[in-house]
Amino acid sequence: MRALTWHGKHDVRVDTVPDPQIVNPRDAIIEVTATAICGSDLHLYDGVIPGLQPGDILGHEFMGRVVETGSKSTLKKGDRVVVPFTISCGACFFCQQQQFSACDNSNPVEKQEASELLYGHAMSGLFGYSHLTGGYPGGQAEYVRVPFSDVGPIVIPDGVSDEQVLFLSDILPTGWMAAENADISDGDTVAVWGCGPVGLFAIQSALLMGAHQVIAIDHYPRRLELARKLGAKIIDYTQTHVLEALMEMTGGIGPDAVIDAVGMESHGFSPDRMMDAVKQKVGIGADNAHALRMALTAVRKGGRVSIPGVYGGMADKFPLGALMQKGLQVRTGQTHVQRYTRQLLHRILEGEIDTTFLISHRLSLEDAPTGYRNFHGKQNEWTKVVLTPGAAAGASTGN
Amino acid sequence: MPRRSQGLPLAATVLALSIGAGLAVGKAMMAPPARRPPDSAPGRTARRSHFGGFQVVGRTVTIRAPRDQIYRMWRDPVRLPDFMEGLSSVEVDGDRITWVVQSPDGPFPVQTRLVEDRPGEALAWRSVEGANIEIEAKVQLRDAPGDRGTEVEAHIAWRPGMGIVGHWAAMLRGTDPAIRGKQDLKRLKMLLETGEIATSANRKAD
Repeated sequence: MRALTWHGKHDVRVDTVPDPQIVNPRDAIIEVTATAICGSDLHLYDGVIPGLQPGDILGHEFMGRVVETGSKSTLKKGDRVVVPFTISCGACFFCQQQQFSACDNSNPVEKQEASELLYGHAMSGLFGYSHLTGGYPGGQAEYVRVPFSDVGPIVIPDGVSDEQVLFLSDILPTGWMAAENADISDGDTVAVWGCGPVGLFAIQSALLMGAHQVIAIDHYPRRLELARKLGAKIIDYTQTHVLEALMEMTGGIGPDAVIDAVGMESHGFSPDRMMDAVKQKVGIGADNAHALRMALTAVRKGGRVSIPGVYGGMADKFPLGALMQKGLQVRTGQTHVQRYTRQLLHRILEGEIDTTFLISHRLSLEDAPTGYRNFHGKQNEWTKVVLTPGAAAGASTGN
Repeated sequence: MPRRSQGLPLAATVLALSIGAGLAVGKAMMAPPARRPPDSAPGRTARRSHFGGFQVVGRTVTIRAPRDQIYRMWRDPVRLPDFMEGLSSVEVDGDRITWVVQSPDGPFPVQTRLVEDRPGEALAWRSVEGANIEIEAKVQLRDAPGDRGTEVEAHIAWRPGMGIVGHWAAMLRGTDPAIRGKQDLKRLKMLLETGEIATSANRKAD
């Protein structure tokens, strides 16, 4: 089959690799009909996530048709499914608590050692990501082996397009959980750093959850415009003093909740970010936590901090004092996707949520390296790339 | 003169104090360490442990399965090689059990006898007279709190054949018994909780 493989920093290629097979009884094989490039794939592309090996198949946002099932799969051949990026067994203590991304049993045993050293514990397996999370071959491919296919994939009824439901695999539940972690109630102001896909879905979700106002912070004009269209107020940090503006826009109180939808590769020109960037470059495992530091300073006393943005290592000059002295609550984590897929599918089918506004470019899987290059280099225009396996190279449509 | 009469005792006091301090320091250095109450942690987690020349490794995992089911797996250990990667086979002859361990130098049979059998609670095996290694292994089962299932604690004590050098050599070759034991228990957990052992392999092994 054809698949997008990683070979090093800024080096991804479409290669011909062996087709997957059913290996375990609960497996299914999915023929991919649509797959997307995620912002967190760019962390892999930039080589700032440890534990990737040359030849690894990337991609963790995908959907398709079931073409083969293991003896204990509950899926049927021909089912159209969206597959969560978190691989979860459904049976362990953590899955029973609906903490699916903490599943004990989906990250292969021998892959858990590094995470135990780094984090104290190993998290669930993830598709197409670091070997710290299992090194499972990903979804930017013609076929994917889906373990625990009786737990993760959600069957999609006829009458909705792939593009309407594809983002149930990651970014829609991730934005939703980010807003849920902000614990929104009437009258609340929620400030969101980063108007990438997760930030935009967090804005959409926060408004659906009844936030009084959502303030979006970014510097890409097109992304800020998308945030405004969703109903957010916007701050362009290249034009405005963010902390001052947030105080003024909240009656001198500060946002009740802040969401860091940026993660470890923030932009900007502050001294702390420059230091982080240098440390990241020389590979001493520092996360660039500029957006998070600012969010912790901005949030009101006793406020809530939600972190959907991805971090992998250590952060220096972390405003621990602000966290403790202001009595903040922090909630974060890889998304417990399976907790949200059903209710979010329902909202999509009811017309409450539309996610297709995000898609800026549609490419053939064969053109995936172009997609990576532009999603990385032209973030203003390239807000989301959807790849279709089987389509001829060059058959791309942009907005 | 009040000043002078005060001066001497002051000097004497300072001297006495400094000697006293010196004595106290000396005493602290000479005396046995302060008596501490034993803590609640298993002995194998001690910073410095003495098991009379034995190497001890152990690990506890919580498995969402009833104690009896887990007990039965260990009581009839022929299925253990399904999830214990270091084990190539197990032969049972009454209460005598031979564990064929995969070592860097090839298959390594360990002859043991079942020395403890408390159904649903504990099993222990000890190497027989004349076995090629002196070893004891024990599995203990306890109800986990709430509805979390069963706490499975396994430990192995053995006299290292090649001493500490052999232990380090084994670690460097990726066969550290502590890591291997921990990994095997996790595989047991996967098997009992999900019916399979997770792998990211995209194809069956040929």
